[in-house]
Amino acid sequence: MIRVLSPGLFTTVQDLGRNGFAHLGVSPAGAADPLALRIGNRLMGNLDVAAAIEMTLQGGRYEFDCDAAVALTGANFEHASIPMWRALKIQRGAVIEIGGAKTGARGYLCVRGGIDAPRIMGSASTHVLSGFGSPLKRGDSISIGEEAGGAPLERAVEPPPYRKRLRITAAAQTAEFDAQQAIRLATEIYHVSDNSNRMGLRLSGPALRPPHDGQMLSEGVALGAIQVPPSGEPIILFVDAQTTGGYPVIASVISADLPSVGQLRPRDVVTFEFASFAAARRLLLEQEAYIDAIR
Amino acid sequence: MKFVPASDRSLLIVLGEGISVEINARVHVLSRQLMYVPGVTSLSPAYASLLVRFDPLLMTHEQLETLAAAIPLDEIGVAQSHVIEIPVRYDGPDLEEVAERHSLSAAAVIEAHASVAYHAYFAGFVPGFVYLGEVPAAIATPRRATPRKEVPSGSVAIAGTQTGVYPRSTPGGWNLIGRTDAVMFDAAQGRALVEPGDRVRFIPL
Repeated sequence: MIRVLSPGLFTTVQDLGRNGFAHLGVSPAGAADPLALRIGNRLMGNLDVAAAIEMTLQGGRYEFDCDAAVALTGANFEHASIPMWRALKIQRGAVIEIGGAKTGARGYLCVRGGIDAPRIMGSASTHVLSGFGSPLKRGDSISIGEEAGGAPLERAVEPPPYRKRLRITAAAQTAEFDAQQAIRLATEIYHVSDNSNRMGLRLSGPALRPPHDGQMLSEGVALGAIQVPPSGEPIILFVDAQTTGGYPVIASVISADLPSVGQLRPRDVVTFEFASFAAARRLLLEQEAYIDAIR
Repeated sequence: MKFVPASDRSLLIVLGEGISVEINARVHVLSRQLMYVPGVTSLSPAYASLLVRFDPLLMTHEQLETLAAAIPLDEIGVAQSHVIEIPVRYDGPDLEEVAERHSLSAAAVIEAHASVAYHAYFAGFVPGFVYLGEVPAAIATPRRATPRKEVPSGSVAIAGTQTGVYPRSTPGGWNLIGRTDAVMFDAAQGRALVEPGDRVRFIPL
């Protein structure tokens, strides 16, 4: 068992998400930075889909009542009692202390065997609005799953190259915006607003002019879609977002850059560049090859 | 059928414009046909469009377009859908206000609301929340100016010509006219009482 002595700012159990139920209105949730989660799981010898503890900006303190193997990945936690990006054996009674993230937004405390939390529709991921799990609080006890898969890795892994210049493709309403708006998005500088979370990242910066006065019939929205509401300030729809939306979408972040979105923190500067679907696919294949080399 | 890539891992299929039961019924047939295609990860049917999310390592936009275009949708009848009955105690906190707004008695509002077999257009907001329409014009009521921070679970509500049931206690801005004990979403089974494309009748208790 892991006892939560202090949970940080917003700490939840996450795995790779709850896919396949969007038609019932179920948001996928899942790790905001699936790359860091998968690397942590690979360091542990877990399957990629194993659940871990996702911490936001601030780590927390966790006490282990059994011997365990752990790995800390994701945001750059300068003041952590364990090294990042490598497997580490710890003794019964050990307390792991993780301070604030110097850069990046989300860290993953992975444990060999994975976190054993109740699965809802095949996933242990917390989704607060749906009432699936809730943020961890002081005094919570979390179970560790049965060991499965291979042995922990002996070596440390280099952190992946997180980006603040996000590659985007055309999206559902791109052609309905006047061309000036897409040019603006790809040339101006935006800041991540304080009012951002796992549902969406609000960007402050030059307003974009949405078509149809920003109103349209609701339709399904994609992970990473950049919506433009009537205020003109774009919102990147993220892992906890609702499955449908009614604002025009000017562009979508490519799959390979979605883990980087999970590492954006309030006040970070973010810029955009357009890419083709072919380039997006190539970049994703490269990222998968990078991940597959971690074994 | 119009295809628009919505991201490098999703395709929007547009079947028409506006809100119509006929177009929406075709959306759901298409959605059900594509649900079990390997590589398709999830589907979001809406009023007149279907967003298909897929694993970009297994499938391309073009392959999905070819697949979708081959599905016959012309002979879809709206009558095929399931009818689900939901018992309601019409005692919601906004019932009187809705009645006054339309110069009706509360009983007349209830009668009007329960007179329609509503079409379930699509699911969204939270698991099990389904947008139902259309409410008779005589009782259609816009969203409340200030949303409630907490709407009780099971609340039956109206917004414009839409109606629906809050599956759990959440914030919400719709007008609450009644309440049901029906379990709208079974998280353990991953099943919703009402699925998009179904029809719904409210039965006054």
